[in-house]
Amino acid sequence: MTDHFRRDGVIAGRLSSETLAENFSDLHPALTPHEAVVAADRCYFCYDAPCITACPTAIDIPLFIRQIQAGQPEAAAGTIFEQNVMGGMCARVCPVETLCQEACVREAAEGKPVEIGRLQRFATDAMMARGEHPFERAPSTGKRVAVVGAGPAGLSAAHRLALRGHDVTVHDANPKPGGLNEYGIAAYKTPEGFAQAEVDWLLRIGGIEILHERALGRDITLSGLRTEYDAVFLGMGLTGVGALGLEGEDLAGTENAVDFIATLRQQDDLTALPIGRHVVVIGGGMTAVDAAVQAKLLGAEDVTIAYRRGRDRMPASRWEQDLAASKGVKLMFDVAPVALHGEGRLREVELAYLSDMEPTGETVRLRADQLFRAIGQRLEAVEGLDLSGGKIAVTGAGRTSLDGVWAGGDCASGGEDLTVTAVAEGRDAAEDIHAALTGGAVARTGALVGEPLRGIDGPPHGEVPHPGTHG
Amino acid sequence: MADLSIDFAGIKSPNPFWLASAPPTDKEYNVRRAFEAGWGGVVWKTLGAEGPPVVNVNGPRYGAIYGADRRLLGLNNIELITDRPLQTNLDEIAAVKRDFPDRAMVVSIMVPCEEQAWRDILPRVEDTGADGIELNFGCPHGMSERGMGSAVGQVPEYIQMVTEWCKQYGALPVIVKLTPNITDIRKPAAAAAAGGADAVSLINTINSITSVDLDDFAPEPTIDGKGSHGGYCGPAVKPIALSMVSEIARAEATRGLPISGIGGITTWRDAAEYIALSCGSVQVCTAAMTYGFGIIKELTAGLERYMDEKGYADIEAFRGRAVPNVTDWQHLNLEYVTKARIDPDLCIACGRCYAACEDTSHQAIAVSPAREFSVIDAECVACNLCVDVCPVEDCITMERLEAGTVDPRTGRTVRAEPADWTTHPNNPGSPTYAGAKVAEPAE
Repeated sequence: MTDHFRRDGVIAGRLSSETLAENFSDLHPALTPHEAVVAADRCYFCYDAPCITACPTAIDIPLFIRQIQAGQPEAAAGTIFEQNVMGGMCARVCPVETLCQEACVREAAEGKPVEIGRLQRFATDAMMARGEHPFERAPSTGKRVAVVGAGPAGLSAAHRLALRGHDVTVHDANPKPGGLNEYGIAAYKTPEGFAQAEVDWLLRIGGIEILHERALGRDITLSGLRTEYDAVFLGMGLTGVGALGLEGEDLAGTENAVDFIATLRQQDDLTALPIGRHVVVIGGGMTAVDAAVQAKLLGAEDVTIAYRRGRDRMPASRWEQDLAASKGVKLMFDVAPVALHGEGRLREVELAYLSDMEPTGETVRLRADQLFRAIGQRLEAVEGLDLSGGKIAVTGAGRTSLDGVWAGGDCASGGEDLTVTAVAEGRDAAEDIHAALTGGAVARTGALVGEPLRGIDGPPHGEVPHPGTHG
Repeated sequence: MADLSIDFAGIKSPNPFWLASAPPTDKEYNVRRAFEAGWGGVVWKTLGAEGPPVVNVNGPRYGAIYGADRRLLGLNNIELITDRPLQTNLDEIAAVKRDFPDRAMVVSIMVPCEEQAWRDILPRVEDTGADGIELNFGCPHGMSERGMGSAVGQVPEYIQMVTEWCKQYGALPVIVKLTPNITDIRKPAAAAAAGGADAVSLINTINSITSVDLDDFAPEPTIDGKGSHGGYCGPAVKPIALSMVSEIARAEATRGLPISGIGGITTWRDAAEYIALSCGSVQVCTAAMTYGFGIIKELTAGLERYMDEKGYADIEAFRGRAVPNVTDWQHLNLEYVTKARIDPDLCIACGRCYAACEDTSHQAIAVSPAREFSVIDAECVACNLCVDVCPVEDCITMERLEAGTVDPRTGRTVRAEPADWTTHPNNPGSPTYAGAKVAEPAE
């Protein structure tokens, strides 16, 4: 450890560049080809597999794993991408332990699920390494669609719309595309510029133009987009950040976890990124864990996550909790901040102990020269749209209260705030937009998008009478 | 403690595990180390006639079939008989036998089908002090193109003729090694018996091409773009070998003929199965070639433990006990009615039983909306496929219907008295035949 390790304050260079490089390397290193085959061999190819049901994008997981077994990871990638064009990122950031891998029958049987996430990465990496893009655009429809937000929802919608022959313009508030993939996820989950590489790969479908630093409500308006385009898809996420509402919240050292993560993700030299010696993170979601773990990896001496409910209520999965603990992050449950102490700079955070969210009367003070708020993001108001639970109200495949306007991802009601959910919602809204613009029926999502990926939907299944007495 | 020693057709061995005639037994260095490790005997790699040694290919000799995690399930080879000078082999055999007098030293021989060739080599082998000879009538590649190996094993008359020569001109016990590349294994075995063979050993390897290279369109193993069929062995061939062994064990012409079992023996359990089908010794090759000589400790300790637990004092105590239970299909009890039973506590709900039954069998498994799988007795024919594809041991079992109960599939009451095809009313040859008899042509 360097001398800086034990110095108070929010300072840069607590760890050497070598240590930082090691700390921020791939959380789940890629499987080697042999490891992939061994992992794939464990799949039982279940009937009506529970993992597919558990996947928000309904990837045919047993099929793609069988394709890895059969020596064609690129074909496996085709199976993944036809359902989830951001399958590469989802393989890295999905909380598989609460989705496909939790549903895996081998999780129930032996507590050791098939490593679906890592196998998905193996497959998608294989195709992307070969520079293949397995989709081909349909002939132009002449329709123009505006997409707001170049995050998982927006890019997923844009790709599917472009595939169907529409011309898509993506308006994004940030200088770089990717949304939370680029700005909001822990660096060790998506190292080596993968987020941008994935966007570049996705854009190879053609027909998608991205306009940067164009925020809805600031640079563009929804009414303007409705006038200019045949349809609008909103996928700008949640950009408002909640305050704790405590005195002292303006003390130096107090900031939003999402801003810290975004700064970290855009930082080329992590030795230049300041971090506190004693760090407290308020919240209990993935953002809280990402911020806390990265603070520790940057060299903070102690990092505490303070969450107001019990462990079982924590939105971050048990796996994420264990990851944090394994990196030396302390998890405190049933506590809430009641005061921030310091003069100009934050010095201490005072936490009240809670029982069922009610103060017990007991408090504790933690040394803190940095505090990250990770208590959730909220929607910035959008003109003319009905809301539901603080989000854009949607029905069906992302239809909002306004004609010609769809929404998906974190900004829309329904579904968990996950990358994979955003991808599914963007995809499904795009199919609905396509149907609305062309007067056709909505394509079965999950239908084959090709030959293997170039065509349209598979033939309808004929009904065969069941021979058994049980019908 | 169980006694593992055997007296196989006059050849004594401290345990029934011999290394088969193959690369592991090609020279003194290997065989000494095998004996030091505990192997009961070896069949020395096949000796050819005096003269310039045979030549092997200089490219790959082996090809493999794998299970999960590259577990070797099947091995194919195109290696020929020993390519070392005859005298070198004979000298080494003598040296090893001298130092390990209690081990079985069997020498495999393959010379042309000429009386003189056998007359020449037999005394030289005897002079080494070897305990027996094995006639290689099984090797299916290379040597067979020159009229030896399986080319002999496929002609019962040749087998008998050469066996007779070996009995006439030699004093050692003769084991005839049989090729499985024939239609009916009983014929060559009977020919060996007729020729006076003391025993047979089987199976030799099966004609095989392990795979085809889809870039070069060449069979594997590939020698400069071409491939020739090799001989297949390893765990994958064991069921074929067990069946052939059982045929010889129960055929009238060969009943009681000592059999040395060969084919995919990997653990003590495999060996015990061969012994249960009457084998007096077993030969191992692929397992040793995969894992080394050290497996002998598991083989001997495992067999001994099994015998101790069962109370078998020696090999003879259980040898051949499965033979009476090998029968013809027509004698299987049709009143033995079973139904699959799925244990819901063990079931992990993978649905493989359902997919297999629904898509490829009898639509006899139901799945509930809660993903609970159960057997529909009215459809279940007891085929056992669900048991075979279930990844969880003992999750699905076959349960016998008690006599007196009604099989909901057939509506028939199960009877306690066994009944087989020979007496079944649907059998035209049965005395109770229910179908229309073909009318006698009118005079």
